[in-house]
Order: sequence, then structure tokens, then C-alpha cells
Amino acid sequence: MTADVSRGAQSPPELVQLLTPEGERIEHPDYDIDLTAEELRGLYRDLVLVRRIDLEAVALQRQGELGLWASLLGQEAAQVGSGRALTDADMAFPTYREHGVAWCRKVDPVQLLGMFRGVNHGGWDPVEHNFHLYTIVIGSQTLHAVGYAMGIQRDGAESAAIAYFGDGATSQGDVNEAFIWASVFNAPVVFFCQNNQWAISEPLEKQTRIPLYRRAAGFGFPGVRVDGNDVLACLAVTRKALADARSGQGPSMIEAFTYRMGAHTTSDDPTRYRVADELESWKLKDPIERVKAYLAKSGIADQSYFDAIDAEADELGRDLRRRCLAMPDPQPMAMFDHVYAEPHALVAEEREQYAAYLNSFEEGAR
Amino acid sequence: MRREFKLPDVGEGLTEAEIVRWHVKAGDAVKINQTIVEIETAKAVVELPSPFEGVVAELMAEEGRTLDVGVPIIAVDTDEPDEAVTSNGTATAREALADDMVPTIPEPPAKAERTPVLVGYGVMPSSSKRRPRKGAPAAAQAAPAAPAVQAARPAPAPVPAPAVRAPAPRTVEAGPVGAVTVLAKPPVRKLAKDLGVDLATVVGTGPHGSITRDDVHAAVAPAAAPAFAPQAVVSGGEERIPVKGVRKATAQAMVASAFTAPHVTEFLQVDVTETMEAVKRLRTLPDFAEVKVSPLLLVAKALLVAARRYPMVNSTWDEQSQEIVVKHYVNLGIAAATPRGLIVPNVKNAHALSLPDLAAALGALVETARSGRTQPAEMSGGTITITNVGVFGVDAGTPILNPGESAILAFGQIRDLPWVVDGQIVPRKVCTLALSFDHRIVDGELGSLLLRDVGAMLEDPLRMLAWG
Repeated sequence: MTADVSRGAQSPPELVQLLTPEGERIEHPDYDIDLTAEELRGLYRDLVLVRRIDLEAVALQRQGELGLWASLLGQEAAQVGSGRALTDADMAFPTYREHGVAWCRKVDPVQLLGMFRGVNHGGWDPVEHNFHLYTIVIGSQTLHAVGYAMGIQRDGAESAAIAYFGDGATSQGDVNEAFIWASVFNAPVVFFCQNNQWAISEPLEKQTRIPLYRRAAGFGFPGVRVDGNDVLACLAVTRKALADARSGQGPSMIEAFTYRMGAHTTSDDPTRYRVADELESWKLKDPIERVKAYLAKSGIADQSYFDAIDAEADELGRDLRRRCLAMPDPQPMAMFDHVYAEPHALVAEEREQYAAYLNSFEEGAR
Repeated sequence: MRREFKLPDVGEGLTEAEIVRWHVKAGDAVKINQTIVEIETAKAVVELPSPFEGVVAELMAEEGRTLDVGVPIIAVDTDEPDEAVTSNGTATAREALADDMVPTIPEPPAKAERTPVLVGYGVMPSSSKRRPRKGAPAAAQAAPAAPAVQAARPAPAPVPAPAVRAPAPRTVEAGPVGAVTVLAKPPVRKLAKDLGVDLATVVGTGPHGSITRDDVHAAVAPAAAPAFAPQAVVSGGEERIPVKGVRKATAQAMVASAFTAPHVTEFLQVDVTETMEAVKRLRTLPDFAEVKVSPLLLVAKALLVAARRYPMVNSTWDEQSQEIVVKHYVNLGIAAATPRGLIVPNVKNAHALSLPDLAAALGALVETARSGRTQPAEMSGGTITITNVGVFGVDAGTPILNPGESAILAFGQIRDLPWVVDGQIVPRKVCTLALSFDHRIVDGELGSLLLRDVGAMLEDPLRMLAWG
């Protein structure tokens, strides 16, 4: 696939990798990472728990408890690697699939389910977690991130913004505008593109004729492609990009080369447009298996540790299910509560009219 | 306790799904999230995981059955104590945790009674029943009440409560004593009138027992659309096959076409010996080395040439705007028998294709159809159709128009028949053409001219050059 889209390019695309699919630790001249055993085990735990959250949410959708779910299966390393590179002061702008980043930003997983269950419009406080609400519109959050980054600049703060988006979003006008603004204003923002090869049913070759990371050069900032299934490489590359942004070196783009193992969302059937061979070849590059192999080979973790994490994951899944089912339906009157921060005459009038309408039923408001 | 799992909407607004395959049976132990069944929706085949842990008490729907979202499909006996819970089992937990956050919602009875009808499961009580209004007379409750907010709009807030709570009772026409009010939307009433159906005799299956278009069609053409009864019942050698998929689409299209467009069919026997010769010679040309050359190709070409000479046959009757839409392009439909049933994909802009390109397009279209991979877009937008009934070894038929088109050409088998040429009886290759057309648009004269010209071109293919 990469051969097709690299047509016209002078050299084959480079891929930053620190951990091979077989679990071999390798060196890279520009990127290195030195993690403690505890940190390495922590990354493994993040990956497994995030996958478990995702699986439970897919099952809940299939049982009619969620209206929709966008699975992150296969993209755990890209999300956990980049998410763990963020400091508390950095601000993340997700799409609707960044459940792994949300986990790293300490957003309670059950809060992710609210919007998909139709009981709220995003269940967390973006300021509390420095993690913006999920954005359904494709690519618009890149502009929000650049605007936020320009604000950081004007505050003179030492933090950065990161914008998440997919390969399909790179074809959006918003994303290209965001690139231009970020470049021209040297904004402290990292564009983190998870290239999962498919924009719903459109393959990458319908989006681009060059590797996506090379687009950055045309806008005037550096771009790098990283193995999106290698959590160590994603962590190292994102750390450096964020550090560069915070120190006034401007924006950069990271293309995390990965694969969407599941459907676009639970409403989609990928078997209608992609071949099974492709899926099988990416299964061999699983982001979790390679970390597990590395931890086991290097003696950092053993089977009892893996078993304990699996048990923790199952408990997390059970707890998530229980709390999802217990989420209260919103009261009809609640829709007026967050329209304006200040009292508003028209909203007050509409609120009264609606209350009177509800009260006109025999069993009252419900 | 017994818990029932209702068929969920797995794809944003789907209303039904078909049970493809059960992975469990009664008596099996199931765990939460264990795959229990595969269902097929309009969007995808998906596996459903069990929301319960326990022992399967009952499978409530057979494989192959299409069910509405919300219908229980499986019952599981769980270890939980008996309590009033909804079938999806969320009420207890939700109420316990959210007691102080929201008013308790009275759950509807778990076992809603169905309204019996002649066949099938019966009609589900609608969940969208209007809630009773305070102080509203009984008659007004059934009638759509004027929205209270709207009624109050002219009055400034605060709204005077009495004005809001007393929607003007709509006058209900008093019918004869005991007469049943028939519920049907205006287009359905018009359809019934057009088809001569007395709505009082039709059992409605729509919301609130209203009569749908399908109900009216079923009343006029019970044979074309047998009632839904998926279980194969052996009873005096009868078999009942659920109407779905391509069969259902075909039936609806044919009924719609047959009862909206007045059909006329004309026949013409043609000596196609020269056409068969032309087919042989074309096959030897290098341009046609990669494509299949069949008599169908020349029939298609002849129809394309004739359609350009008589554009009115390539048009659509637009009932709504009272206009005839004449198409100056031809999307040539080819009726194809496939393992899934009859489908009519079309070659887009066939009028603009060279003969080798047309041959290639026809070949690709037929191959795609036979392998069951035809996409909906390839079946829409057709302007005129050919049906090759000859492949079944028959001479002619009276084809029914593809809905929205005004002509269809049936092309019968080619066989050796005695034929008079220059006063001598000689064996010739002969076939029968049958042309059906929409008499609202095409008169007998125009239809005859078209059929005659197609025949003339097949008798002497050189005419295609002369007229093409």
C-alpha cells in the first residue's frame, strides 16, 4: 500500500520504530527512550485496559445499550504512546475515537459512553482533564487546537497543544487551514495523524499520492512517520515534538502508521470493502503482543503479571458495564440548563413554556 | 429469573434485522458478551453478544426470520432474584443509583399484549402512544391535540395554565353507529381508490393499526405478495416462503409498474440470419478479441439506434409535476436472472459507447450480476430495458416495464424456421421480439415504429450504420 502512495516521492518512506513486531528493542539515531521497568509495565497495562474498555463498549452497542461506538482496536499504541507523552499542562483535541488518549488524561471511561448512549453531549470537564470533548465533525478540531496553541503563545505559557485526526481528515479544508495558520504563526501544536489506512471505506490511496508526513514540508514544518503500533516509538516521537513546540520551535506533524482492525463504527461492515489478507497481515503487527513479548523476554514482567492485568481488565469491563447501565436518563428540562452561562430572557421563556407543556399531561413531566 | 433480550438497533436507525444463525440453543450456559447470534441488517452482518449470564431458556425467533427492532429474541434464566426489571435489565440498577437524580420512570409492562391479526405474530402495541392530557375529553385524546406551546405562543409568559391545558377538542365526524374508523394516510387512500380497494376491508399493519401501502397492495395482489409466514409448514403439500430481499423488491416493483403504467405489448417475428452472420464476423475482428459478442449485443445496439430516432420511448412519466421527462441519454437495463432472483442492472450512458465498449460493458454487467455483486447504484437510473427471454428457450412474453421507464424489449429464442425468401421456402434463423410500452407516453403508432425499426435492423444489420 505504501508503495502506491509514495509514487512521485524520491525516497521510500522512513518509519521510526523502537520495538519490532517480534518484540525486539532496536535503536534509532534521532529518537531514543529510556524507561524504567515500572514505566514499561505501565504502558502494557494501559494498552490492555484501553482495549478492554473498547471491547466492552462494542458489546454494549451490540446489546442496544449504546447507539453507536467507534472502536479503537489496533490503534492502542498510537493513542497510549502519544497520550503518555503529554504533560498535565498540555491540551489535547481528540476526534471521537481517542478512547486511549482519554484514558491517559484520566477521563473516567464511563464518561466516554454518555454521548454514545445519548444521555449527554460529552460527560467530562475539558478544563479539568485538559482533554477537549469528542469532535464528530471531521478535522475541525485541528483549527481549535491551533487557536488554543496561539493562545498559549500569547500567554507565554510553557505548554503545547496536540490535535488528533485521521488519514481521511487530511483531505479536509479545515486541516489544511490549520496547517497554514500553525506554520505561519509558529504555533506550539503537534498534529498527530493516526493513519489507520481507511477513511470509513475509502483507502489511503484515495487521499494522497505521497506519504502523509511529507505533506508537512509543503506547509513549512517537519513531519515524521512513526510505527503507530509501537508504543515506545510513538511515545518518543511525540515527546520530542511536544518539547520542540514548548520551546518555541513551532508545529510539527506525526503520522502514526497503524491500522483500524475493526469497523469504522458499529454501523459499518468493513468486509464489504477490504480484503481479509490485509487484516491478517496487520494482526502480526499487534501493538500489545510486541510489548508483551519484550517484557517477557527481558524479564521485566512474567505470566503472573500478565494474568493480573487481564483480571484487572475484566473487572474494569464489568464495572464499566454496570455503571453504563446505571447512567440516568437526562430530565427533559435539563436541556435548558447549559445553553447560556448567564440568565437569558428568551431561554427562560422557552423553559417556562416547555414546563407548562410537560405539566399538561396527566402523569406530569417525564 | 427469566430475562429477555430484545433485538437492538445495531446501526443507527435500522428498524429490522434477519436472524442468520444461532450460536446457542435452549439449555446452553451463556456468559456476558458471549456471541449468541448472527443477524443481518440492511447495513451489515453482525454478531450479538449476550447481555446476560445464565442458561438459555428459549430461542424466541427462528433462523431466517426478519424481526422488528425491539422484539425479544432470546430468554435467559439468570441467577439474579426475581424483580421487576425491563427485558434489557437496566431498570433496577438505574433506579437504585439515580433515585435522587431523576423522577422514577414507570416502566411499561414487560409483556405487552399484541393485537392479533390474520397471520404472523400480530401487531405490537405502539410505543409512541399519545400520553393522556389533563382534562382533555376522551375524543380529543385520540385526535391529534393542538400543540400546547403553539396555542400559548401569542400570550406572553407566564403562560396561563388553563389556556394551555385545554386544547380545543377536534370535532370527530360521527360515523354510523358501530362503524370502524379507518386509519390511512392520504396517499394510501388515493392508492386504494386507484386500485379499487375498500379500505374498510383491509387490516392495517402500520402504526396505531393504520393501513399502509403494502397492506393495500396485499389486498389487491395476494398472490404477488403472500402474507408473511416464514415457518415452512407442511400441510397438504404447501410450502410457505418468506417474501424478502430481491423477491420482495421484484414484487413491489412489478405491482407498482403494472398498476400505474397502462401496458401495451406488440410482437414481431424477425429473420435474424444476417444478424447471426454479423455476430460471427464481428467475433473475428481484433477489436472484439477481448469481449463477448452475442446476438444480445446487436439487439442492444439496434434498440439504442431506434431510441435515438424516437426519443419519447426513452422517457419517464412524472406524475407529480405532470410532465414527461425525455432522456437524451440511455442507461440500458438488462434483466438478469441471478441466484438471488431477478435484477435489472443498467449500462450507464450506453448511447455514447462504441460497439466494443458496449460489448465489454454488457459482459461485465452480466458477470457482476451472476456473481451477486451488483451494487444498488448499478440498478438505479435505468431508462429503457431489454429482457432476453430467449435464453430460457421461449419465443416471447409480455414484459412488465421496469418502474419509471416507458419501454421494455423482450428478445425470444433464435431458432431455425421455414421462411419465405423470394418466393421460396428456406430455413432461416428467426426470433420473436415483444415490446411493451407505457401507453400514457407512447401511442400505438410510435411503439409500432420503434419495434418495426428494431426488427429491420436485425434483419439487415447494415441499417444500424444507415440510421446510427
